[in-house]
Amino acid sequence: MENLNGYLVVSAILFAIGTIGVLTRKNAIVIFMCIELMLNAVNLTFVAFSRHLGHFDGQIFVLFIMTVAAAEAAVGLALMIAFYKNKESISVDDVNMMKW
Amino acid sequence: METLFFAIVSLVAIISAILVITCKNPINSALSLIMTFFCLATYYVMLDAPFMAAVQVMVYAGAIMVLIVFTIMLLNIRVNATQKHSHRILLGSIIGFFTLINTIVLLVKSQAAKPVGPFTGDMIRNIGHSELIGREMFTTFLLPFEITSILLLVAIVGSVILAKKNI
Amino acid sequence: MFDNVWLIPLFPLIGFLINGFFGKKIKNEAVIGGIGTLMIFMSFIVSCGILLQMIGLPPEQRVFEKVLFPWIHSGNFKADMAFLVDPLSAVMIMVVTGVGSLIHLYSIGYMHGEEGFYRFFAYLNLFCMSMLLLVLGNNMLVMFIGWEGVGLCSYLLIGYYFHKKSAGDAAKKAFVMNRVGDFGFLIGLFTLYWWFGSNHNIWTINFTEIKAASHLLPYGGVVTVATLCFFVGATGKSAQIPLFTWLPDAMEGPTPVSALIHAATMVTAGVYMIGRMSFVFIKSPETMMVIAVVGAATAIFAATIGTAQNDIKRVLAYSTVSQLGFMFLAMGVGAFTAGIFHLMTHAFFKACLFLGSGSVIHSMHHALHKIHSHDDAQDMRNMGGLRSAMPITFITFLVSTIAISGIPGFSGFFSKDEILWQAFANPYHGGLNIVLWGVGALAACFTAFYMFRLVFMTFFGECRINAKAKSYLHESPLVITIPLMVLGFLAAVGGYIGLPKLIGDMFGGIPNYFEHWLEPVFALANQYSAQYAHHGAHPSHAFEWSLMGLSVVIALIGIGIAFTMYVQNKDLPGKFTATFPALHRAVYNKWYIDELYDFIFVNPCKAFGQFLWKGFDVIVVDGVVNGVANVVMGFSGIFRYIQSGYIYNYAFSMALGVVAILGYYIFK
Repeated sequence: MENLNGYLVVSAILFAIGTIGVLTRKNAIVIFMCIELMLNAVNLTFVAFSRHLGHFDGQIFVLFIMTVAAAEAAVGLALMIAFYKNKESISVDDVNMMKW
Repeated sequence: METLFFAIVSLVAIISAILVITCKNPINSALSLIMTFFCLATYYVMLDAPFMAAVQVMVYAGAIMVLIVFTIMLLNIRVNATQKHSHRILLGSIIGFFTLINTIVLLVKSQAAKPVGPFTGDMIRNIGHSELIGREMFTTFLLPFEITSILLLVAIVGSVILAKKNI
Repeated sequence: MFDNVWLIPLFPLIGFLINGFFGKKIKNEAVIGGIGTLMIFMSFIVSCGILLQMIGLPPEQRVFEKVLFPWIHSGNFKADMAFLVDPLSAVMIMVVTGVGSLIHLYSIGYMHGEEGFYRFFAYLNLFCMSMLLLVLGNNMLVMFIGWEGVGLCSYLLIGYYFHKKSAGDAAKKAFVMNRVGDFGFLIGLFTLYWWFGSNHNIWTINFTEIKAASHLLPYGGVVTVATLCFFVGATGKSAQIPLFTWLPDAMEGPTPVSALIHAATMVTAGVYMIGRMSFVFIKSPETMMVIAVVGAATAIFAATIGTAQNDIKRVLAYSTVSQLGFMFLAMGVGAFTAGIFHLMTHAFFKACLFLGSGSVIHSMHHALHKIHSHDDAQDMRNMGGLRSAMPITFITFLVSTIAISGIPGFSGFFSKDEILWQAFANPYHGGLNIVLWGVGALAACFTAFYMFRLVFMTFFGECRINAKAKSYLHESPLVITIPLMVLGFLAAVGGYIGLPKLIGDMFGGIPNYFEHWLEPVFALANQYSAQYAHHGAHPSHAFEWSLMGLSVVIALIGIGIAFTMYVQNKDLPGKFTATFPALHRAVYNKWYIDELYDFIFVNPCKAFGQFLWKGFDVIVVDGVVNGVANVVMGFSGIFRYIQSGYIYNYAFSMALGVVAILGYYIFK
């Protein structure tokens, strides 16, 4: 696996793009998708290292991350629907109830 | 050949990822994201992990993205065209850029360890990736695997309650 | 019978538990009082059994130890719940249970109708239990439990009328002053324990073991330190200078309490403790001298104050302090037997006097209450002529007064004369002896004076209360007068068990039973004292007779002055105070001792407390606390603007932090 660095660079780029998306977008669902993108970037790193090192622990970890992502998607989207019911919006600009 | 293929896939992945964060319509973002996920699945195949690729397509591109698209359509969100927050975009880009710099520098400075594990490419091809993953999963990682079921159960209960009641 | 010694403190404990837990439900005064009295009376019976058995034994075998159960065994330290029965503790348990039973009986009548009747009897029983533990304990720790227990009961009973502020204050005063003494006791205990342990590897607080090892103790030095500390404890408990001011205030408690705790038993604990550890105290001539001087000074000091008080109980309280001074004088001159003997006779006549005064107050209170008068029922200036209304009280009171004044034939004479003689003839204090004797004799004169002043003001002359109230004055019920009669009888004849050798010889060699009885206890002390005693020429019998006669004459002079001033020529006291107004004011105000203590200890403490409160607590402690809160509030007032509540702000700062930290580690 001579190409490990290539995978890692792609992973880093995807992660950075995800970060930018989380920080710049307002639509909560898009932010959510960006988080998924970041998770996937990490997954790619895990699998690449797993293959490189000849150990399956990383891939097993990826499976668990996917499980968590699925659970997160279910709960997160349910939250968004609940929020939308109350505020008629899913813009994070309207979410400021955590203020002092 | 392989390097070229890798380059093409990377290009597609990165462009679709950029589209995810730039498209104004969330549906477009979602479709771009599916594209990115498929690219990642391709990477997994290239990394001798076909089982991971299958799971990636099924769980991410399938289940999660369907859920997201459903939610978008269910809420029928208007595309807000007047969304302009240049300072936020600038700041976010700077941070994202530095994240990238950090990780790249980390990569350049670090030395990848030599292969230490028992699984070589030949072994995976001979025995089969699914079987090896399955063995690992149900021997070494049996307990975390079982605990995952509780996590999923909690997630189900949580989403049902959140969706049902007027909160 | 010796094996059953544990029953003695057990019975009052049972009484305490029954009355303490169920007294409120029982309600019936006869049952509550009956249980309390019965329990202590049963202790008295067991004590009698032990005494009789002890009399039957030869003197050397009259010591018995009963280990009830191991209590604290930790490393070298060993303390058992153990009782020691010897002639000394036998005398003490007889006094405590005997006088205690009579006072319990008396209380049934005296406390009739009081609120918290059951509480009174519960405390009284608890007191008896503690006192019995104190006198029976075979190590200093058991003794200390009793020591603290009686202090606690004293506090509870002084503050019995807790709704009165003066009673609460008096209780607190007694408790605090006792604590000062207890501190001394503990330090003494530690010193002795430490010395024996570190020098001779004898880690013990057991009296018998200390006695066995006491030949190792040096004369003076560490023993002086330890015994002085013990003596501080004794001054607190037994109301000696400088810790005596609590006892007169303790008269706020009900009269039976004054009789039992503050006259007959608890306040003699210090004397008993010195007697119990005579073999230690005698090793320090310095401490013996301090004890003798303090005792004599207290005797004369309290006696002078007693001459000018108008509250009947206060006179008796100062009299108690003074008599305790006599006991300490006896202890200080090495006359342990005389001290314990005076303790016993004093218990009889002072208990009788207190109970008699209680009877008078009871009657006065009743009479004043009937005519709705708010005059003080305890003020002697309101009394007078009670002789005819209360004959039994009068006779018993008179007998006890004669006894305390030291008139030959009554108990007080034998014990007090013995003390004075020993003060004069003891071989320890050299030139100081004559001073000790002089002070003691003068105190005896004052004693006779103020006691007869009390009798004359209360029982003689014209009745000074309202004529209407006079008709309501009557003799107290039988339950009150029976204890009076018994105690009066004992006050009269109790001294004959300790006839001085001089008089005994005259009547055909009647021995001094009491001295022989206590001889084994104090034999060791006498043996040690031979080391430094200066036996001069033995004074002749004629000299002893003349001293005895002199002390009788002195007592008679005191009585005579009282008679002149308060019966014959009633203007005399007024003239006297007019002639020496400053002197009278000083005596009347107890030589301003309370004020002095207020000035020296209480006010500086209060001022210091005020300073700590207003200066330290408010400014420094509160300042720090409030300051921290204010600083936090100020900063948070600024920083709260960071908490906009917008998710992207949090996400932004989080990402920034991650990048910064990662960057630091990557680029460093």
